[in-house]
Amino acid sequence: MNISKNLKYFFILPGLLSLVAVIALGFWGLRPGIDLAGGSLLQVTYQDNRPPVQQVQKITEPLELGEMRVQPADTASYIIRTRALSNDEHNNLSTVLGGLGSMKEDQFTTIGPTIGAELLQKAWIAIALVVLCTIIFIAWAFRGVSKPVQSWKYGIVAIVTLLHDILVPAGLFAVLGHFVGAEVDALFIVALLTILGISINDTIVVFDRIRENLRLNEERGRREEFEEVVGRSITQTIARSINTSLTVVIVLAALYFLGPVVTKNFALTLIVGMIAGTYSSIFLASPLLVAWQKWSKR
Amino acid sequence: MFRIRYASVVIFIAALAIGFFVWNTTGADGRFDFKLGLDLSGGTHLVYDIDTSHASSADRADALVALTQVIERRVNAFGVGEPVVQIEQGGALGTGQYRLVVELPGITDTQAAIKSIGETPLLEFKLVKAGQEGNLVDAQGNPVAASFEDTGLTGKFLSRASLQFGNGSSQALATPTVRVDFNSEGAKLFGDITSANVGRELGIFLDGKLLSAPVIQDKITDGTAIISGNFSAEAARDMVRNLNLGALPLPIALESTQSIGATLGADALRAGLVAGLIGFLALSLFMLLWYRLPGLVAVVSLCIYCVLMLAIFKLIPVVLTSAGIAGFILSVGLAVDANVLIAERLKEELAAGKKAQDAIREGFARAWLAIRDSNTAHIIAAVILFWFASSLIKGFALVFGLGVVVSMLTAITVSRTFILALGLDEQSRIGRFLMLSGFKSH
Repeated sequence: MNISKNLKYFFILPGLLSLVAVIALGFWGLRPGIDLAGGSLLQVTYQDNRPPVQQVQKITEPLELGEMRVQPADTASYIIRTRALSNDEHNNLSTVLGGLGSMKEDQFTTIGPTIGAELLQKAWIAIALVVLCTIIFIAWAFRGVSKPVQSWKYGIVAIVTLLHDILVPAGLFAVLGHFVGAEVDALFIVALLTILGISINDTIVVFDRIRENLRLNEERGRREEFEEVVGRSITQTIARSINTSLTVVIVLAALYFLGPVVTKNFALTLIVGMIAGTYSSIFLASPLLVAWQKWSKR
Repeated sequence: MFRIRYASVVIFIAALAIGFFVWNTTGADGRFDFKLGLDLSGGTHLVYDIDTSHASSADRADALVALTQVIERRVNAFGVGEPVVQIEQGGALGTGQYRLVVELPGITDTQAAIKSIGETPLLEFKLVKAGQEGNLVDAQGNPVAASFEDTGLTGKFLSRASLQFGNGSSQALATPTVRVDFNSEGAKLFGDITSANVGRELGIFLDGKLLSAPVIQDKITDGTAIISGNFSAEAARDMVRNLNLGALPLPIALESTQSIGATLGADALRAGLVAGLIGFLALSLFMLLWYRLPGLVAVVSLCIYCVLMLAIFKLIPVVLTSAGIAGFILSVGLAVDANVLIAERLKEELAAGKKAQDAIREGFARAWLAIRDSNTAHIIAAVILFWFASSLIKGFALVFGLGVVVSMLTAITVSRTFILALGLDEQSRIGRFLMLSGFKSH
């Protein structure tokens, strides 16, 4: 594979995706779920026929529960999201909804704003910690300095790649949040942190091979352009990179299509992140490294 | 060669035995059955904020223990199997708000549960009717209602109870006593009762249970009562705790509620199992078609991995939730990661002209570094996530972290033993077909 020839094309897709993601995040932002923002979620199933959404909205209006989102689920259910309700408010809501027909309450969750805020704060700390540990891990993994690219540059490139892998699924949820009201919950953050681990790993495998080939070249006294070494390393690791991601995507696809509702978004986040991570480890990280080496040589 | 084959047979038999254990104890409702979280079994999860602002730091620990005990008593009265009552400390660094977490499996009537838990503990003082001193409790230990008369004095009037040793006189220095302080209104009421009833017994009730019935020695007007009696220091301490609870030293306020119906939980569990099974089969098919023999070995060691994980879930025991099942499914996908690395390395070593057995050993040795590095990143993430402390995420992190460690062990021991035990020859056509597949690396 001739990397140097196709270098500029490799950047197009990840660059474009990152740009779209940043714009979506900037304009629409993420829609936090009730576990992060506080609020109530009530799921009810009507035995006979489900009353129309408008009727549900109208009959609950006098309860003054604030902004209320009524979402049909399955064939006979509604998922209703409101601000955090007190026990009495929940009681009243159930009673009023029960008046529309024979109804069963499937689940009720209410999360106070302080618990949500606390979880969000913890999430930020966890993200910061994982990123910090990842940087330390990269520094450790690349402690042996090698020519012609200094080890810290591998680190920086790896982090840029990570950023891309996180931006893509986050951007997707900003888009989904705007158009279909998809929410991000604590599991979304878990998915992002898991992506961090997997992505860094994919990138390290390619970088590791680059270093191994550089070392072998030096031992055998063989002269080879840096970009050719990179191209050869990618060819050697591409099957491994794609297949290790593919195995994970296979099980995650099963989880997304067949698994419980609670973990559907989690699976989707991970699938998108895995694909972005695999793509970027091959087509973003290494070309970046080559570009940097070329640019600094000039 | 003989040794390796012997080892592989031993691993196989051990795996079968563990598999039998997992199979045999599932659904048996015993100690080793799977523990399902509330989101899968249905139930109610309540979180209360505990207001500790009025408790001095010295009293706080006692008060929290007392609160837990009373709530436990109330929850048990509700008739739930395996309820959980625990104190948690919120805040990012564990220094913030104290919280009371109550889990009620199988209960979905949140209204009733909240009502039963949230009631203020009731402290009452009742005079023992004359002549009934020997007939305070029945055979079951329940107080005999007819033996007592109400005084109107309740925990509402108590300001605090505390533990003392001795009652001022020197000969009783080491006897534990309980000091009760009433507020001004209570002090007046208590003064009236004691002055009118010197010599009679005054029964002290908590939640309708008779704690003790000390004799009124003297008229008390300063609003302080010393309850003496033949109790141990421990019993006195318990009484102080209970009395303070009557006065509710730590008010609780409902902060979050989660209730999931049993059908919804069962649906989620079924969906999780189906997803896991289908994911596993699809993955196995992929590995077999792509990697052939190393793929088959990967599938066998993946089976062993799953059996081991399920056994660990039972033995620890790990409470399984939707998030935990997702973590397990993810870990299955990552577990073959090591096998893929090994299979790819193996191909390279064979292509470089090594003999099959050497290539296998070399392939495993060189793949090990990559396996170790990749798993280190996952373990870091799992540990940090476990600390994340939301129970949903803890469930995921625990299963995921365990999965990473166990999969690493099965990949480097089980897969290696099996593939060596097969004793393939790289010269034969069948051997080459079985081991070389996929992209040509060179």
